[in-house]
Amino acid sequence: MNAKSPSSLSGAQVDREHAHHLLHQMLRIRRFEEKSAELYTLMKIRGFLHLCIGEEAVAVGVCEALEPEDGVVATYREHGNALARGISASAIMAEMYGKQEGCSRGRGGSMHIFDDKTRFYGGNAIVGCGLPLAVGLALADKMQGRKRVTCCFFGDGAIAEGEFHESMNLAALWHLPVFFVCENNLYAMGTALERAQSVTDLVRKAASYNIASSAVDGMDVLTVEAAAKEAVNIVRREQEPYFLECRTYRFRAHSMFDPELYRSKAEVEKWKKRGPIVTLVKRLKKQGLLSDVELEQLEQQVAREIEEAVAFAENGTWEPVEDLTRFVYSERG
Amino acid sequence: MSKNEMIQITYREAVREAIREALRRDERVFLLGEDVGRYGGCFAVSKGLLEEFGPERIIDTPLSESGFTGAGIGAALGGMRPIVEIMTVNFSLLAADQIINNAATFLHMSGGCFNVPLVIRMSTGGGKQLAAQHSHSLEGWYAHIPGIKVLTPATLEDARGMLWSALEDPDPVLIFEHQSLLNMEGQLLANAGAVDIDRAQIRRPGSDLSVITYGASLFKALEAAEILAGEGIEVEVIDLRALRPLDDATFLTSIASTHRALIVDEGWRSGGISAEICARIMEGAFYELDAPVERICGAEVPMPYAKHLEEAAMPQVEAIVTTAKRMVRSNG
Ligand SMILES: Cc1ncc(C[n+]2csc(CCOP(=O)(O)OP(=O)(O)O)c2C)c(N)n1
Ligand SMILES: [Mg+2]
Repeated sequence: MNAKSPSSLSGAQVDREHAHHLLHQMLRIRRFEEKSAELYTLMKIRGFLHLCIGEEAVAVGVCEALEPEDGVVATYREHGNALARGISASAIMAEMYGKQEGCSRGRGGSMHIFDDKTRFYGGNAIVGCGLPLAVGLALADKMQGRKRVTCCFFGDGAIAEGEFHESMNLAALWHLPVFFVCENNLYAMGTALERAQSVTDLVRKAASYNIASSAVDGMDVLTVEAAAKEAVNIVRREQEPYFLECRTYRFRAHSMFDPELYRSKAEVEKWKKRGPIVTLVKRLKKQGLLSDVELEQLEQQVAREIEEAVAFAENGTWEPVEDLTRFVYSERG
Repeated sequence: MSKNEMIQITYREAVREAIREALRRDERVFLLGEDVGRYGGCFAVSKGLLEEFGPERIIDTPLSESGFTGAGIGAALGGMRPIVEIMTVNFSLLAADQIINNAATFLHMSGGCFNVPLVIRMSTGGGKQLAAQHSHSLEGWYAHIPGIKVLTPATLEDARGMLWSALEDPDPVLIFEHQSLLNMEGQLLANAGAVDIDRAQIRRPGSDLSVITYGASLFKALEAAEILAGEGIEVEVIDLRALRPLDDATFLTSIASTHRALIVDEGWRSGGISAEICARIMEGAFYELDAPVERICGAEVPMPYAKHLEEAAMPQVEAIVTTAKRMVRSNG
C-alpha cells in the first residue's frame, strides 16, 4: 500500500490569488466559529456546540478538491466543512438560532447541518454513523454509473467504532468511490488517541483493508489540498476508496461544557503556534504574496459576511408550532 | 452524625455518591465507559472518581459501545460487578445487540446456568435542545424486553439508592437518568442508602384523579397537581420508578379510589410504555373507571432542536392541568 509519512509543501511556490482564496475560506470559518462561541454565551445558540477552530485547513483543503456534484458526509463538528462546501454562513447561523430559514429549518441545530443543493448529508451526531451512509451513497453512484465521489469526514474517535471497520471493508470489497477523511485531532472528547487505539498509525488500518491511504499535516492547507486532489483523482479515476488522515488539533474545548482536564495548556499553546491561519499568513508574507493591507481587506470582507449572517438569523422567524410533526413522513402533493 | 441529618445535594452528586459507595463496599465493582475517567464523565457524574479509585476501577473505553457493553456482560459472567455507563440512550442503540441479544437472554438460553449481574447506566430524555440524536426517551422501549430490569430514578433518594440495589440484583439492570434532572438540588438524608427497585410510589396523595408518570415528568405532574389543588382538584401522583417489572398493583389500587387515570410519558405514544399501562388498566380496573384513560406523551416526531418546537414535543405542565380539569369536570 502506498502509505506515506506526513508530507508538507512548505517550500513550494503558490499562486497568489488561489492562496488568498484559501486564506479567505479559513478566515471565514475561524471568525464564524468565534462568533458562534460568543452567541452561545448570549444563549442565542443552544444545545451542543462543537467548534473546529484549529482544524480549518482540513475542511478547506479537502473541499477544494471536490466537484459540485460530489457528496459530503460530516460529523457534528461540521460548520467548517459546511462553509467550505458552500453552504451560506447565513443559512448555518439561522439553523443554530433554530429559525426556519436555517438550512435544516431549525430542526437540526449546530450538530445537524444539511443541504441538498451542495449534497451535504449532515451533520451526524452519532460517532461513526456517517461512514456507512457514505458507503451507500457511493454504492448508488456506482449502480447508476455516475462518476461522483462521496467525501466522508470523521474524527479519530470514530475509528474505534465497528461502523468504521464495517464501512472500510465494504468500500474496499465493493470497489466504491468513497473518500474517507479522518480529522485526527488526537482526542475524542477527553480520550487521547493512544488511550483508544492499540495501533495509532491510522493509515495502517486502511492498509489492512487494501485501501490506498496517506497521512498529511492537517495544519497546512496547501499540503491538505494537494493530498486531497491527488486522492480524489484516484477515487474518481479508479472507482476505489481512499483514506486520508489529516493530523490536526482542536484549539477549543470539545464542546461548550468541557473543562479540559485531560490535556495541558502548554500542549494547546504549542499547537496554536502551528495554527493553519498563522502558518499560511506567515508563509505568504515571507514569499511576498500577502500584504498587511490585503489581510485587513480579507478580514473586513469576512466580518461583513458574519455580520450579515447574524442579522439574517436574528431576523429569521420561528416555524409555527402547528407544523411540529411535519417532515416525519414525506409530504406528497 | 445524627440520624436525621440532612445534606444539600444535586441529583448528579447523589449518583456519584452511589457509585462511590458501591466501589468502596464491593471490590468486584468497577465503572466502565466513554470518558468516565479523565474527562470526568460526559455529564460530570463520575468527576473525581478516577483520582480516588484509580484507572483499574474507573476505566475509560474507546468509542465502542457494543464492545465495552459486551465486555461488561462478560465481566459480569466472570464474577465481577461492572457498572457500564453509556453516555445517552441514543448511543445505547449501538450496544442494543449486546443488551438485548446477550444480557437479556443469557440466563434463559443457558437454562439457568449463567446469570448476568450487570448494571448499565445511561442518560435519557429531552429538554436541553440536543435534537434528534441525543434527546429521546427509549426506556419504555427497553421495558419491552424480558430478562432486563428498567429503572427510572426521579428523586434524589432514588438517584442515591437505586444503584446499590441494582448491583445486588443477580440480573441485568438498566438505569435511566434524565438529563434535565442532573442539576436538580435538594435535601437528602446524610445516611441515605439502598432503596427497593420494584415498587411504584405515591408522591402526592389525592382523590380525584391518578396521574401515572416517571422520570423528569414526575416534577411536571407534581407542579400541575399543586396548581390543580388551588382549583379544588386533588390529584394523586404516582411515580412508577421502575418500568420493568411494572408495579401495576399500585396504580390499580389508586384508580380504585380516584376512578380516573391520566398517564404522562415523555416517550412516544404509539406502542410506548403508556400504551402498556393503559392496557393494564383496561385489564385490571376497567369497571372502576368513571372516564376514559387519557395520555399525554411525547409528540410523534424526532426531537426538534428549536426550543419552542422541543417544548411542544414534550409533555408540559399546562397540558396536564387542562387535561386533568377536563377529565374531572366532564364526568362522574
Ligand atoms: C455513538 C456515540 N458515542 C458517543 C458519543 C458522544 N461523543 C460525541 S463526540 C465524541 C468524541 C468523538 O471524537 P472524534 O471522533 O475524535 O471527533 P472530534 O470530536 O475530535 O472531532 C463523543 C464520545 C456520540 N456522539 N456517539
Ligand atoms: Mg478527535
